[in-house]
Amino acid sequence: MMIGFTLILITALFFPGIILRTKSIVSGRKGPGILQPVKDIGVLLQKGSVFSKTTSIIFQIAPAITLSCIICATLVIPFANQNAIISFEGDFIFFSYLLALGKFFAIIAALDTGSSFEGMGANREAFFSMLIEPAFFILLATFAMLTGFTSFSDIFNHFFITGNHYVLIYSLLGFYLLVQIALVENSRLPVDDPKTHLELTMIHEVMILDNSGFDKALIHIGTYLKFAVYGSLMYNLMVPSSWSIYLQTALFFGFQAFFAAIVGLVESFMPRNKMNRNPKFILTISSIALIAFMIILILTEKLSQ
Amino acid sequence: MSALLFLIILLLTFPVFIIPKAFKYYYTLLVLIGGIIMTSLAGLDVLSGSSHELKAEYLIPVIQKSFVLTIDRLSAFFLIVINITVFVGFIYARGYLRPYYQSHNSLRFSIHYFSYLWLYLSMIMVLLIRDGLPFLIVWEIMALSSFMLVIFDAEDVKIMKTGISYLIQMHVGMFFILIAFLIVGKETGEMSFDALGYYFSNHSNILLFILFFTGFGIKAGFIPLHTWLPQAHPAAPSHVSGVMSGVMIKMGIYGILRVLMSVQYDLLQIGILILIVSLVSGILGVMMAIVQHDLKMLLAYHSIENIGIIGIGIGLGVIGLATGNNGLSLFGFSGGLLHVLNHSLFKSILFFNAGSVYQATHTRNIEHLGGLIKKMPYTAVLFLTGSLAICGLPPFNGFVSEYLIYLGMFKSLSAASLYQSIVLLGTIVGLSLIGGLAIFCFTKAFGMVFLGEARSAKASSAAEVSKDMIFPQYISVAFILLIGLASSWFVKPVFKISAEGFGLTDIDPSVISSVTDLTQLSIISGIFILSVVILLFYRYLHLRSRVVSFEPTWGCGYTSPGPKQQYTATSYAYNYNHLAKPVLQTEKIMKEIREDEIFPARRTFRSHSYDIFRNFLINKPVDLITGFLKQIAVMQTGRIQHYILYAFIFMLIVLILTYFNII
Repeated sequence: MMIGFTLILITALFFPGIILRTKSIVSGRKGPGILQPVKDIGVLLQKGSVFSKTTSIIFQIAPAITLSCIICATLVIPFANQNAIISFEGDFIFFSYLLALGKFFAIIAALDTGSSFEGMGANREAFFSMLIEPAFFILLATFAMLTGFTSFSDIFNHFFITGNHYVLIYSLLGFYLLVQIALVENSRLPVDDPKTHLELTMIHEVMILDNSGFDKALIHIGTYLKFAVYGSLMYNLMVPSSWSIYLQTALFFGFQAFFAAIVGLVESFMPRNKMNRNPKFILTISSIALIAFMIILILTEKLSQ
Repeated sequence: MSALLFLIILLLTFPVFIIPKAFKYYYTLLVLIGGIIMTSLAGLDVLSGSSHELKAEYLIPVIQKSFVLTIDRLSAFFLIVINITVFVGFIYARGYLRPYYQSHNSLRFSIHYFSYLWLYLSMIMVLLIRDGLPFLIVWEIMALSSFMLVIFDAEDVKIMKTGISYLIQMHVGMFFILIAFLIVGKETGEMSFDALGYYFSNHSNILLFILFFTGFGIKAGFIPLHTWLPQAHPAAPSHVSGVMSGVMIKMGIYGILRVLMSVQYDLLQIGILILIVSLVSGILGVMMAIVQHDLKMLLAYHSIENIGIIGIGIGLGVIGLATGNNGLSLFGFSGGLLHVLNHSLFKSILFFNAGSVYQATHTRNIEHLGGLIKKMPYTAVLFLTGSLAICGLPPFNGFVSEYLIYLGMFKSLSAASLYQSIVLLGTIVGLSLIGGLAIFCFTKAFGMVFLGEARSAKASSAAEVSKDMIFPQYISVAFILLIGLASSWFVKPVFKISAEGFGLTDIDPSVISSVTDLTQLSIISGIFILSVVILLFYRYLHLRSRVVSFEPTWGCGYTSPGPKQQYTATSYAYNYNHLAKPVLQTEKIMKEIREDEIFPARRTFRSHSYDIFRNFLINKPVDLITGFLKQIAVMQTGRIQHYILYAFIFMLIVLILTYFNII
């Protein structure tokens, strides 16, 4: 049971490093090592903290709450043919709402500083995550409809034994959608550029301008972990749970590296959207999810009835 | 519970008028507690016991009429909901009304307390009376007493106007219920809820249901029947808005459920109707909430949203009944019912805290507030708890009821037909959108009111409200956490109510098994809280050994930022407003700067968003009618000779008509 959880934690360590490596290789730079982001966290943990005088207790507790949310959301994700540490019917609803709770605190912490930059970031984060919510739920609905189960563990255990060979189509579509959702949820390109240098064009980065030291380390850990969580969801969608666990462990590492490389490639070749184009971009993801739902209607032969 | 005792409590409300001003509050509290203890005991008895129904009867001696009270599980559940919020609200009222002790005379307080008691007692009677006519009478008393409560500050012309508009709209609703009952009475010879079953078995179901739904829906506040709600809640004193929004509007839900228990045909159409109206209410309610600047108005629109969520649950339940999907019914009805309880808890404390903010700052305009968390920490934490719960976030209670509704839908998807799948998917999307919008709205409300720097002098001079306004809310918070963490204690009774009420007997055991899964939900919520505590404790230890300093907020090199430069509620909603333009009518009142204006003069900018339904359903028709009536008013000359002439013409017409045997 713990294997999946541990694997996610381990891959989270390398995830940001691989993205950075990919970007530096593509752009022809020497670039930092794969473990550089982890070392950065180590540095942050050594440092003291500076807090804004405007802030209140909310600013102090928010990063810890957000990280706890992501850690607990990880608990419901299964690996191979093993159930997740905690699995119950509708656990994906809990997963999604728990991540939303984390976001809620991140947003109010940003508003707590009284800075107009951070207010702007908070607003964008709230706005874009509100728009992406339906896409994720349509995706979940299609999983539930295809398999007839309502927990991540059951869904992924039965995903490939529904006897329908077209399931691979859906597995690929689902993978594509999850990549898009993960990019939005983690504030990466093309919605948000984490490496942008101007506050006015940031979303996530501008929310944490006033965080420092320990709290900033927690926020970074949370971001890395969230990436790995989405990566493992995609992995579960692509690899049948019945395969041997040793093979799967190896595959899991490979897959996460592959996903990180995709993110790196996207960030190397794509510009960031104009801010006011983002709603359209995000709503497009929802529409693609709707198309996926239609495809499942065809696959499950409901349309022909 | 004895009907005689209940009558005695009704009589005990009258001495409020003769009790000295200093003791009025305590006397009222005493009577209230008497009623609460009596009804709670009866309610818990029915909820826990095996007997499905409890009847209490008393023959009133002089008029020889019997006074019958009937409690079944459904009314028992609503009884408990009412009792918690009414009790908390009244304790809160003591502190809230304190500033008015000097300015308002004894009679005003008598009327206020008397109306509060009668609002409570009439709600109880609405739940316990099954006969049509007495039901309509107590329904009317409920409207009247709440009207008296709303106009507590009647010196303010605006409040009086709002109150009257509220009263009229309540009567429109009552009119629909009356007609529905009259139809039933005419066809079956008996005007009561018990006769509905007989009526529905051999008449068209959907038409009568629509009548009832419109009547009860006005009370509940479904869009487009909601127009009284955003006006009346802000006008009322906060403990009253808490009770009105928390429980009084739920009486509409109770009425709808009571009627649904008897409906036999046309279930699919009825279910779809409820579902669509609820989805519209849910989404538009929260969309309109986001653009409000008045804190209490924002909360009022959120009531509409939550009524929508309750309605989604009920609508799904009915669709489940229609399609023979008992699991969907069970989860839908139970989710809706549990949300009734949940909403009464968190919405009332949100209103109470909005009232506390108003008392401390004398403004409800979000744009003038800010930074209150440092001055009013208890209020802030309570408001935050309410916000998290209303957004449906775990581990609070709002999540549990939304989770049940979601789960019912997700579980039904694989076996659903094409059309059902589309309906379910639409509802899932709607519900998730409501969730996202609610988070957007409450991060704004909490962030702008309590965080950052004070945006006005009123906000910067605020001080925490008295302890007796804060303490009672902990009761609600305790329930909020209890439902969130020990969900199965509450979900099981609610399952029982919906299973019995709607005859869901042969339920797949695998459906029931998910109730045991709620312990898993409790476990993971527990792990979550534990991990937060551990992380925070570790953080505390970590920071103790590091240098921690406090500096101004980073200003990008700008050294003298002021509170005016903060993000405002309007700027927070700006990009949203842009997207929601087709639905929301936001009017900008300003003068453009012309090109030839080299030295622009002083300008003002104001933006205001209208409720389109209020415009089209209330304002436009009312304008039309008043315009027409004004033309008729030509006859009103003020000369006595003319009036005598009118009377003469009238008598002449009557005479002629009688002569020709027309009348």
